[in-house]
Amino acid sequence: MAELTLLEAVRLALREALAADERVFLIGEDIGKRGGVFRATEGLLAEFGPQRVIDAPIAESAIVGIALGAAAAGMRPVAEIQFADYVHPAADQIINEVAKLRYRSHGAWGCPLVIRMPYGAGVRGGPYHSQSVEALYFHIPGLKLVAPATPRDARGLLRAAIEDPDPVLFFEHKRLYRRVRGEVPDAPECLPLGRAEVRRAGDRATVVAYGAAVHEALAAADILAAEGIAIEVIDLRTLVPLDLDTVLASVRKTNRLLVYHEDTRRGGIGAEIAAAVTEAAFTDLDAPPMRLAAPDCHVPFAASLEAAYLPLAPALVAAVRTLLAY
Amino acid sequence: MAEPRSPGRDPAAPPPLRPADVGLSDEEAREIYRLMVLTRALDERMWTLNRQGKAPFVTPARGHEAVQVASARALRVGVDWVVTYYRDWGVALALGVPPYACLLSLLGKHDDPFSGGRQLPGHFSDPARRLLSPSSAVATQIPHAVGLALAARLRGEPSVAIVYFGEGATSEGDFHEAANFAGIHRLPVVFLCENNRYAISVPMALQMPTASVAERAAAYGFPGVRVDGNDPLAVYAATRQAVERARAGEGPTLLEAETYRLLPHSSDDDDRTYRDRAEVAAWEERDPLRSYCARLRALGLWSDADEAALWETVRARIAADAAAAEQAADPPPSDLLTHLYADT
Repeated sequence: MAELTLLEAVRLALREALAADERVFLIGEDIGKRGGVFRATEGLLAEFGPQRVIDAPIAESAIVGIALGAAAAGMRPVAEIQFADYVHPAADQIINEVAKLRYRSHGAWGCPLVIRMPYGAGVRGGPYHSQSVEALYFHIPGLKLVAPATPRDARGLLRAAIEDPDPVLFFEHKRLYRRVRGEVPDAPECLPLGRAEVRRAGDRATVVAYGAAVHEALAAADILAAEGIAIEVIDLRTLVPLDLDTVLASVRKTNRLLVYHEDTRRGGIGAEIAAAVTEAAFTDLDAPPMRLAAPDCHVPFAASLEAAYLPLAPALVAAVRTLLAY
Repeated sequence: MAEPRSPGRDPAAPPPLRPADVGLSDEEAREIYRLMVLTRALDERMWTLNRQGKAPFVTPARGHEAVQVASARALRVGVDWVVTYYRDWGVALALGVPPYACLLSLLGKHDDPFSGGRQLPGHFSDPARRLLSPSSAVATQIPHAVGLALAARLRGEPSVAIVYFGEGATSEGDFHEAANFAGIHRLPVVFLCENNRYAISVPMALQMPTASVAERAAAYGFPGVRVDGNDPLAVYAATRQAVERARAGEGPTLLEAETYRLLPHSSDDDDRTYRDRAEVAAWEERDPLRSYCARLRALGLWSDADEAALWETVRARIAADAAAAEQAADPPPSDLLTHLYADT
């Protein structure tokens, strides 16, 4: 076991995949000599050469479209979008091409590629280096979405994403890159997509989270535990496929649901989970499902404004109290 | 401003190419003509089926047969990657895709091998022929071809990728991004623009400030070549040269084949609202089937009897295929959710 940061775990997975499978190559902006603006690919150009670690021009649509072509030819491309905020120029390729290739060809073609992107706020990135874009793609059939919260998951789920026969959007919360450390097994590990994990057991309420929100939820659970309130914290880990079974099993035990994410509220992952749980377990609920999310606005630069935007552990503690008081 | 060039043949122009001039045998030259006629006959039948209310939508190839068939004949089928757009019926047929498959796609049948009835007609897909499924979006297929070429480079395979698009697609960012990347890495790609002068109704002069598409290649560091898209032998020669150049590791070529769509953009379009009838009539005079047939006759390679026999055979085949396709099964509703993912 080595203790790695989440960023190091991502790099480990990329290095392992490049070494293990000659079909794997990386393509993205500044991923070569610079090693990525966050350093996720540091050292990989020197180790694997410019054919497999390709510095791309600033052209996100081409990065994804070229990855699709290579994937169709049997390669396993891993594309990096420098910030999730800049995936929007590639939305046409992702939604109209990547997501639909298998379906529209009745299974004749597959699209095994991974699109990695740092996302999320809390680093003073302003409106264009802080966005959470996962809900946009959560809506699109044909994609898989992964959002790890721990170094072990980042490594194991990224390895699984690269081996997956279908396209995976891999969301790396940039606030976690260097802030979170954790044990990562020495032996290569693939963790299955589509399985949530109970990070903290509890009986008073179920808090469903992913990404950086998981760590906030665990901090809130500590605060509440000191008062004798045990909340269950579920880390979704993958958004598509969504492990609703684990969520439902928890809700049937706690009878209260709070979906908590950093992304904005309207049409978010929380709305879907709240609706799905209501449909499936209405009679198990002692209170209406609740959401804690960012307000429906953009991510501002000023520290005071960003703090007002970000729902962190204290807000979650307050929300849980509201839920329990229903 | 792109001034429309006179569609008539310039009397000072050099004499028409002969098959041997471009490295084709007489029989290969005849085969190109047969495939052009097959494309025309399929096109006519599809238009009829649309007008009969049996086919909801068609994007006709009429007028594009020379560029489509002759360029595809310059490829190594099953080795080279091909990415088409929704008008490329002649490309598909020249690669050996059966007309029956095209008609199944026209009618959205379950056995449509391109998509199982999921896509609009003419979205050609055939892994065995390395024909990649395209969407209906304009220009998104161009970076796909660059990715296919990149994969060939990474694997040390001798494959070339050719991608077809109209001149309308060259206004999209994906054209620029793909050409730029291919130029940087000197990838084995042939960008084949079927320039029919209209993006549905918008004429070239409102699509680009340049007089040609080909001259844009200079910005990407590779040759841009203009060719008469209604002359199959010229198209074959230009494509062959571009493909050989790509296969030799010398990088991409942008080929601009000047042609004209003799019918509306689609069965839902009415080109009388934007095209002068005299202009259409002038291009009818340059119908590639007519001019190529005349050349083969002049060279003694084709006869009245050949012509009559070919049309009779082809029309009978298309009629039989269409009748069979009409009888083919529709996709069962239970097929709706299959192939969303590898395990569904």
